[in-house]
Amino acid sequence: MTAPPTTPNAPANSEERYYNYAYLDEQTKRMIRRAILKALAVPGYQVPFGSREMPVPYGWGTGGIQLTAAIIGPDDVYKCIDQGADDTTNAVSIRRFFATVADVATTEDTGAATIIQSRHRIPERPLEDGQVMVFQVPQPEPLRGLEPRETETRAMHAYAEYGLQYVSLYENISAFGRIAGGAGYPVLIDERYLMSPSPIPKFDNPKMDMCPAILLFGAGREKRIYAVPPYTRVRSLDFEDYPFEVQSWEQCCALCAATDSYLDEVVLDDQNNRMFVCSDSNHCATRRAQGHAGPMAGHSLAHLDEEPAQ
Amino acid sequence: MTSPAIRVDNLSKLFTLHNQGATAIPVFEHLALEVMPGECVVLAGESGVGKSTLMRTIYGNYLPSGGGVHVRHNGAMVDITQAAAHEVLDIRRRTLGYVSQFLRVIPRISTLDLVIEPLLENGVSAEEALDRAVTILNALRLPQAHWDLPPATFSGGEQQRVNIARSFVREYPVLLLDEPTASLDAANRAIVVDLIKAALAKGAAMVGIFHDLDVRDAVATRLFNVSDFKAAA
Amino acid sequence: MSLTALSTAESVPADVPLLRVAGLTKMYGHLPGCLDVSFEMRAGEVLGIVGESGSGKTTLLNCISGKLPPTCGSIAFNARRHGLTDIYALSEPDRRRMQREDWGFVHQNPRDGLRMRVSGGANVAEPLMNLGQRHYGAMRSATTDWLGRVELDLARVDDKPRNFSGGMQQRIQIARNLIHNPRLVFMDEPTGGLDVSVQARLLDLLRELVRDMGLAAIIVTHDMAVARLMADRLMVMKGGHVVETGLADQVLDDPQHPYTQLLVSSVLQI
Repeated sequence: MTAPPTTPNAPANSEERYYNYAYLDEQTKRMIRRAILKALAVPGYQVPFGSREMPVPYGWGTGGIQLTAAIIGPDDVYKCIDQGADDTTNAVSIRRFFATVADVATTEDTGAATIIQSRHRIPERPLEDGQVMVFQVPQPEPLRGLEPRETETRAMHAYAEYGLQYVSLYENISAFGRIAGGAGYPVLIDERYLMSPSPIPKFDNPKMDMCPAILLFGAGREKRIYAVPPYTRVRSLDFEDYPFEVQSWEQCCALCAATDSYLDEVVLDDQNNRMFVCSDSNHCATRRAQGHAGPMAGHSLAHLDEEPAQ
Repeated sequence: MTSPAIRVDNLSKLFTLHNQGATAIPVFEHLALEVMPGECVVLAGESGVGKSTLMRTIYGNYLPSGGGVHVRHNGAMVDITQAAAHEVLDIRRRTLGYVSQFLRVIPRISTLDLVIEPLLENGVSAEEALDRAVTILNALRLPQAHWDLPPATFSGGEQQRVNIARSFVREYPVLLLDEPTASLDAANRAIVVDLIKAALAKGAAMVGIFHDLDVRDAVATRLFNVSDFKAAA
Repeated sequence: MSLTALSTAESVPADVPLLRVAGLTKMYGHLPGCLDVSFEMRAGEVLGIVGESGSGKTTLLNCISGKLPPTCGSIAFNARRHGLTDIYALSEPDRRRMQREDWGFVHQNPRDGLRMRVSGGANVAEPLMNLGQRHYGAMRSATTDWLGRVELDLARVDDKPRNFSGGMQQRIQIARNLIHNPRLVFMDEPTGGLDVSVQARLLDLLRELVRDMGLAAIIVTHDMAVARLMADRLMVMKGGHVVETGLADQVLDDPQHPYTQLLVSSVLQI
C-alpha cells in the first residue's frame, strides 16, 4: 500500500515495515471483516470467504490466523493456545507471529486477553464481555462425514433438515452404548443452524451457551467463517433417552487438585505410571499459585509451565 | 324373474400376431351368453374352438375385439372389458373366481394361509376364516400334516385340491372353472362335484370347461356350444 | 404372510387419486426422454413400468419422483400435508419434506440408496430421525422390528452395509424405505443386480410387504416375471411413449401392441 518496505523488523506500524500491519493487506482484512459481520448476523451459518495463502500450512491454523489478523489492533492483548496449553510449539509460534506483525502485547492469562486464539479448547476461566475467541477449524461442515455432496448439505442447512446429524449419534449409541463422540460434537445455534465447533471436546460445549464473548470460527482450507454472537443459545444435540453429557474423570488434577476442569492423561514412563493434569495450563498454574496442590504437586512436569510467555 | 349373473353381449375375439406378419386369428364373434344364479353352463366344442379364450375373456384376462362382458358386482352389472384395473381387481376379489388346472404357487406361504388369505381380504374375521379353511381342507381330504407347508412340493393332485379349496372357501357368486378336476382321482373328483353342487344350490353362477364327461354330466345345468359362434377365418 | 396386517397405510379417500400424471414430457435437448405420459394411480395400487433399456422408464420414474423436473406436463400427488398437489409447484423445502414423509425410493444399486459409511441399523432408522423422532430406544426397536420383517440376522444390525451381500443390502434398503409407512414407494429394478435365487426370495418378500401394508408402488423393471408377480397394472414403454397399458395379467397374457407382443414372446421359458 505504501512505499516498498526496507526493514523487516521495523515496528509494526512504521512505514518501513516489510509486511502490512497484521500481515494481511487491508483489502483482504475488509473482505474477512465483512464475512465476520455476516457470520455474526446469521449465527452458525457458514460464510464463504476468499481464504489467503498463509505462511503456515493448511491444518496449522490458517483460518484462525486470518480471523485474528482481520480483527487485531495494537491495543489488543493476544493469547494463543493449542490443546489448552500456551506453551506448545504451535501456540508459541502463532503468538510470536502476531507479536511481530501486529505489535501486540501477548499473555497467557485468560482474564487479561482480548483475543484468544485456540485449537481444541475453550479456557476453563469463564469468558467475558469484550473478549473474542478465535477457533481454528479443520472441517466446518458437521454433515460432511454423512453426506459427501456439498449441494445437498447446503440444502439441508437452508431448510434446517438436520435429521441426518442424529444418525451419527445413533451410530455412537449402537456401538458404544452412549454418545461417545468426544470432540467436534454438533450443536444447534439459536435453534436454527447446525454447527460443528472446531474440534473442542464436548466438555467445552456448555461454555458456548449464552457466552458473553464473541466466538469466531475460521476454516482456512475449506474457506468458511462462522460465528456465535454473545449471549446466543447453543444446544448440543442429543436423544430424549440419551441426554447430552460431558466427560468426567474419577481423578482430580494431579498438580492443582481441580475437579472441574478438562484433564489430559500424561504417560510418565513404561511402568504404567500416568498422571491426569489440567489441559488448560494457565488455569492450572493460576490455581497452583493460589495454593491449591494435587497429589503429585511439585512433579517436574509442573515446571514446564513456568516458562514465561514472550 | 331373477337377473343374470353374467351377460356376454356380442363378444368377438381376434388375435393379431404382429410379429408374425400381422397374422389375424379369429376365434369367435357375436357371441352372446347369459348365466343365471344357480346355473352351471358348461362350454362345449372341440379343442381349439375357443372355450378357454372365452373363459379368460370373461375373467378380464383377455381383451375382446368387440362386445362386452357384464358381471353382477355389488348389485350392479359392470362391464369387465371397460372397467378400470382397480375395479376388475375388486370384482375378482369379491365376485368372480377362477379355478384353473394349475395352482400359481406362491413360495413360502403355507397351505392354510393360502386358503385363509382370500377370506381375510374380504373382511372375514381371522377365527371364522380359520374355521372355514379347516372345514374345506378336511372336506378335500388334504392331510393335516401338509397344512403348514407351502404347496410347492405337493403332487399335482394335492396342489389342485389346494387350488380348489382356495376358490371354494370364498363362496364367490360367480365362478369360472377351467378343468378343475383334471388331475384328480375318482374319489376326489366326486368330492369336487359335491362342492360344485353345493355352491350351485347356494346360488352361485358358473361357467365351466370339463373334459371328463361324468363330471360334466353331474354338474352341468346346460351346455353352451362355443363353435356356434365360430368366426369366419 | 401374517394373518393380520401389521400396519396399513392410512386410507386415502377412494375417489381422490393418489397420483395423477398429465401430459408428462421430458426432453433432453432435442432427444425425447418420455413423451406425453398420462395416468392415474390409486392408493394401494402397484403399477409396473416395463420396457427395454432406453425406453424412457427411468426418465419417467425420475420425473414422477421429483428428481427431474419435466419439460412440460404435471405430476400431482396426494400428500398427507397438502392433499392432491402438483409436486413441482411446491416450494423445494415442502417438496423435500413431502418426499421424506410420504415416499420411499428403492434403487437398483443399494449403494445409491444406502449410506455406506453408517451401519445397517442406522440406515434403517434414518428416515425416522428425518421425521423428527428423537427417542433412541423407540427407533432402535422399530429398526429391529423392520430388520426382522425383511428377514435379516439381527446380530448384524450394527454392521456396515459393505459387509453385507447384495441381497442383504437390498433388504436393508427396503426396510429403510418402508419404516416410515410411506404412501408411495418407487422401485427402480429392485432385484436387478441379484442372482436368481436371491431375486426370487426378495421379490416374494416385497410382494408380501406391499400387500400387508396396502402400499402403492411404482416398479420399473425390464423383467416380465417381476412385473407379473408384483404389479396390478402395467405400462409398456417404447421410445419414450406409453404404447400399452392395462391389467398386468391381461397385458402379459393378451398383449395388443406389436412391441408388447415382442417383449412378452422374448421371455425365455424354462
